[in-house]
Amino acid sequence: MPEVLKAPLVVEFPFTRSLGPVQSAFLTGLRERVVLGVRTADGRTLVPPVEYDPVTSEELSELVEVAATGTVTTWAWNHEPRRGQPLDRPFAWVLVRLDGADTGLLHVLDAPGGPDSVHTGMRVRVRWAGERSGAITDIACFEPHDEATAELAGSDGRFEDLVTGIVAPARLDYTYSPGRAQSAYLHALAERRVVGERCPSCRKVYVPPRGACPTCGVATSERVEVGPRGTVTTYCIVNIKAKNLDIEVPYVYAHIALDGADLALHGRIGGIPYDQVRMGLRVEPVWSDGGGHPDHYRPTGEPDADYETYKELL
Amino acid sequence: MPAPRSAPRPLRDIAVVAFAQTDHRRTSDELSEVEMLMPVLHQVLAQTGLRTSDIGFTCSGSTDYLAGRAFSFTMALDGVGAWPPISESHVEMDGAWALYEAWTKLLTGDADTALVYAYGKSSPGSVRDVLTRQLDPYYVAPLWPDSVALAALQAQALIDAGDTDEPALAAVATRSRAAATDNSHAQLRGSVPHGEYAVRPLRTGDCPPIGDGAAAVILAAGERARELCERPAWIRGIDHRIEAHGLGVRDLTDSPSARLAAERAGAFERPVDTAELHAPFSSQEVVLRKALRLGDDVDVNPSGGALAAHPIMAAGLIRIGEAAARIGRGDSDRALAHATSGPCLQQNLVAVLEGDPR
Ligand SMILES: [Zn+2]
Repeated sequence: MPEVLKAPLVVEFPFTRSLGPVQSAFLTGLRERVVLGVRTADGRTLVPPVEYDPVTSEELSELVEVAATGTVTTWAWNHEPRRGQPLDRPFAWVLVRLDGADTGLLHVLDAPGGPDSVHTGMRVRVRWAGERSGAITDIACFEPHDEATAELAGSDGRFEDLVTGIVAPARLDYTYSPGRAQSAYLHALAERRVVGERCPSCRKVYVPPRGACPTCGVATSERVEVGPRGTVTTYCIVNIKAKNLDIEVPYVYAHIALDGADLALHGRIGGIPYDQVRMGLRVEPVWSDGGGHPDHYRPTGEPDADYETYKELL
Repeated sequence: MPAPRSAPRPLRDIAVVAFAQTDHRRTSDELSEVEMLMPVLHQVLAQTGLRTSDIGFTCSGSTDYLAGRAFSFTMALDGVGAWPPISESHVEMDGAWALYEAWTKLLTGDADTALVYAYGKSSPGSVRDVLTRQLDPYYVAPLWPDSVALAALQAQALIDAGDTDEPALAAVATRSRAAATDNSHAQLRGSVPHGEYAVRPLRTGDCPPIGDGAAAVILAAGERARELCERPAWIRGIDHRIEAHGLGVRDLTDSPSARLAAERAGAFERPVDTAELHAPFSSQEVVLRKALRLGDDVDVNPSGGALAAHPIMAAGLIRIGEAAARIGRGDSDRALAHATSGPCLQQNLVAVLEGDPR
C-alpha cells in the first residue's frame, strides 16, 4: 500500500465583528483605562458587561464604572504558555472579581513568584497595555496588588470616538491527510495516471475516489485506472477573471467523464476556441510541468461521443 | 426542597436498539473521516438487519474545526448511502444532540427508525487550541484560553470549595482507566500515570486522551424497536440545558443546567443503577455527581468514560450508547446518560434509559 499523504494546512481568518452599545462602551473604556460593568435590574454589576441579563434575558444598558483592582476567585497555573496567550512566560489564568463587580472577568495574572505566590482571594490590579486599541487585550494582564481599591476615573460610560468593532484574527495549524483512497488517487496523478475505485455493490467507478460509494454506503476498494481520454458531458463559459489565476477569459470549464468512470470530474478545456466546445466533445488531459494534476483537457480529434453513451453521467 | 416535577411522558416509546463505536486511537491518519466512520455504520445496520434504505431519518454530529475544512460533514455522508436523497440533518455538536434531534423526529411520527452517528478526528490539529474558537469572540477567545486551562479553573474552584482535592481527582482518573480495562475500544486502559501538571491543579492523568473515533446508534419507535432488538433501551426522558455564557457569571462548582436537564428527563423520579457521564476532566465528574445526585451505589462510567476515550463530538453519543448497551446486556435496568459540550460543562444533555421489566 502506498504511503498515506500528509501536508500542512493552515487556516487563518480575521473575523471582523461589530459591537453593540454595551460591548462598544466596555472596549472603548479599556482603551481609556476605564473598566465598565453593566447593572442588572436586581442591582448586580456584571463585568465584563453583557447586553442581556443571563438570568432574566432582559436587555441591559446601565453602564457603571468599577475599579481596576479586584480579587481572584479561582486560578490555574499555566507553566507552558501557548501561542496567542497574553504572556510568553509562565502565568496564572484567573477569574477576577473587580471591586464593585459581582461577576468574574477571565484574564491572566503575571506572577513572578510562581504558583506558590498565587491563591484564591489574593488582591490584584489591572496592568494596562502600552498601546491600546479597544480590545480585551488592552488589559495586558493582572499583577499582584496588596493595597486598597483603586480610585475610579469617574467615567459615565460615554466616550468620544467609540470603538464600534473588533478584528479577531485566528490561526489554526493542521496536518491534513486525505486518507487511503484519496492518497492513492494523488499518488497516481503524480505518475500522470488517473485512478478511481469501483463500488463492490453497484459496480460504479468513482473518480476521484473518496473511499465510499455514496449510493450504497459501502467502502470502495477495487482500484480501476480510467481515461486518459474522456467526454465533455456539460460545460460553462467563464467570463470573470479570477484573482491570482493566470488564465485569459473567456474560457470553458467542463464536466468530463473519463473513459471507464461513472462520475464526471471537472476541468478546464483548452486548445479549442471557447465557443466551439460542445457536449460530447472528446478530450484528453494535458499535464502541466511538475504539477500533480492535468492543467487542462484538449480535443482528441475523435468524432463526438453519442449522447446515449454519457447521458447518465450528466 | 420542592419535589421534582415529573417529566412529561413521551408521545411514543423510542429506544436505542443498536450501538457501535470504533477503537479510539491517538491518530487514524491513514483513514479519511468517512473511512473511519463507515465500519460503525455497517455494524449498527448489521445488528438490526436494517439496510440504509430502511432508515427513516439520519442525523449526525461533528465539527468542521477539527478537520479545518468547511462542510466537512458532507463528505462523511458518503458512508451513509445518501443517494437517492434521504431525510438527513447535521448538528455542529456532539452526536448526543443529533440523537436528541432524531428522537424529536421520531416523536412526531415522521419516522419509525433513525440512524445517528458522530465522529471526530482530533489528530490533524491541536485540539486544545481548536476549542478556543468556540469561546466568546469578544472577551475570551482573543486570550486563547485552552480547554485544559478552563477546566483547571473549574478544578481549583472545586478544591477551594472543599468539594475535592488532588488525590481525590487522581482516584477518579484511576478508577476510570481501571474500568476501561474491559472496554476494548478505549484508548487509555488500566494503569495510567497521573503525570505532571498540564495546567495546575490538573495533571495529564486528569485530562482526557486526545484521539480519533466514531460512533453510531439506531433508534426505533414502539413495536419496531422490539422487532429489531432483544432488549431495547427505552428513552424515558431526554433534555438539554445551557449555562450562562460568561464563565465568571457561573458558579463553576455546580451545574444547575445538568440538574435541570436531569429533572426534566425524569432522572430523579426513581434511582438509576448506572450513570455514563461525559466528564472529560476528572474534576467534572465531581461536579456532575453532585448536580445529578448520584450516590455511591450508582455504577459511574463502567465503560471508563471520557477519561479513557474522548473522540470529540462522539464522546457524548458514546455515553448514551454505552448506557443502552449495558441495558441490552441485562447489566442495567435504569441508566442515566449525560453529554456535555463547551467549556466547563457549559451545555448538558441528560437521557434516562430503561429496559423492559424482568
Ligand atoms: Zn455503490
